[in-house]
Amino acid sequence: MHEVSLAGGILSAVEAAARRDPFVRVSRLRLEAGTLAGVEIEALRFALEALAPGTLLAGAQIDIEQPPGQAWCLDCAISVPLIERGAGCPQCGGFWLQPTGGTELRILDLQVEDH
Amino acid sequence: MCVVCGCGTGHSHDKTEAPATDSDVQVDATGDLHYGAGQARVSVPGMSQARTIRLEQDILGENDRHAARNRENFTAHGVLALNLVSSPGSGKTTLLCSTLMALRQRRADLPLAVIEGDQQTRHDAERIRETGVPAIQINTGKGCHLDARMITEAYSRLPLHDALHAAGHTHQSPMHSHVDQQPHAHVQTQQHQHSHHAHDGGEPAGMLFIENVGNLVCPALWDLGEAGKVAILSVTEGEDKPLKYPDMFAAARLMILNKIDLLPHLDFDVQRCLDYARQVNPQIQIIQLSARDGTGLDAWLDWLLAGAPAVDRRAARIAELEAELARLKAQVEAPHA
Ligand SMILES: Nc1nc2c(ncn2[C@@H]2O[C@H](COP(=O)(O)OP(=O)(O)OP(=O)(O)O)[C@@H](O)[C@H]2O)c(=O)[nH]1
Ligand SMILES: [Mg+2]
Ligand SMILES: [Zn+2]
Ligand SMILES: [Zn+2]
Ligand SMILES: [Zn+2]
Repeated sequence: MHEVSLAGGILSAVEAAARRDPFVRVSRLRLEAGTLAGVEIEALRFALEALAPGTLLAGAQIDIEQPPGQAWCLDCAISVPLIERGAGCPQCGGFWLQPTGGTELRILDLQVEDH
Repeated sequence: MCVVCGCGTGHSHDKTEAPATDSDVQVDATGDLHYGAGQARVSVPGMSQARTIRLEQDILGENDRHAARNRENFTAHGVLALNLVSSPGSGKTTLLCSTLMALRQRRADLPLAVIEGDQQTRHDAERIRETGVPAIQINTGKGCHLDARMITEAYSRLPLHDALHAAGHTHQSPMHSHVDQQPHAHVQTQQHQHSHHAHDGGEPAGMLFIENVGNLVCPALWDLGEAGKVAILSVTEGEDKPLKYPDMFAAARLMILNKIDLLPHLDFDVQRCLDYARQVNPQIQIIQLSARDGTGLDAWLDWLLAGAPAVDRRAARIAELEAELARLKAQVEAPHA
């Protein structure tokens, strides 16, 4: 359940943002968690919701974008979709794949309210 | 560590004062309503006071910064730090005990230390200390992985750094601080005896083994500042573990297949297991051994004493492809008869 500590990290980042540029609550939190990032989206959402009450994230809408997995196939020398780690290249069936997308794990932006 | 979320960030969970009413209105002592009292100070009908703050920041960024600092410190001191990960019970502590004793035999004066991560007990650190090697236990409580800050803290309490300096690893400036973000002065010292450790390869000046919490999921995401992750899989587990936990095997530099002394009693398909591991990570190196009877341990010790070198199978594959391309080109360009 590392999603719980990720949620804690997200809350810390939100609190740090509020110290730099004060606001009273977040109405929408937008995250990016790629399909190869090693994160269970539903677990992350659950953890954030469990953590939110009494914090700046209380009542915030949580949007999580999931960029699809993408990889460079060394043998085909093209970019191919990668559904999951360990899946083969859809062109050649090989495994010489370097993930180039879908590994993102970021906070994109916050919609905040000042009172 | 924050006991509420287990995140180790030390943030507070104090109740902040949530506005009791609708977000765009403030109620004062007399019960009057004040619209548009937000930062903008103007009320625009139909327009909310919400504004957007772009963060675009990595969720693991804070951990990664600590990890980078640890790595700088280890590298500058020639410390080979390895992060051992596996399911519970695949033999991490047993392997560490045999490794430490064997290293003592091979290199009596090589400074060693261990950080033991566990959710609950101090049992594993005690097993390590019995070998005479200093160890620190980190109990993560509910936390299912170690993070870089815990390593910074534990490392500062281990005698490894002092042992390296006692062994002649001197600083240019005696007041030199080890935790600042500046590149460590060691690598700049002209006649420094450990300067060759600053880059990959070569025999380490010391070794730090970190036994992570038994869990093949979470520790994959947390960089501790290690030179590499070592994933340990025992033959009493399924051979498809690399496919079931691909993130971990993709993140590992080396896979150790442990408990091979039990193979005669099992129908574990070794080749299939190795194929699966290479499927998720074509670069992964593999060593088969038994931590119990010592079979195969030498290959692991050799790898450690060589500084845990990464093998660039990708570069080899690229060279192969280039040779093939050159051959095809030559064919095309050859004058027709
Ligand atoms: N037969 C055999 N048993 C082993 C070997 N290595 C470890 N074991 C046994 O496996 C069990 C678990 O070993 P540990 O070293 O405690 O495993 P661990 O990975 O440290 O366990 P956790 O810290 O609880 O995750 C013990 O009973 C060991 O004696 C091996 O090479 N062969
Ligand atoms: Mg153990
Ligand atoms: Zn976890
Ligand atoms: Zn391909
Ligand atoms: Zn030093």
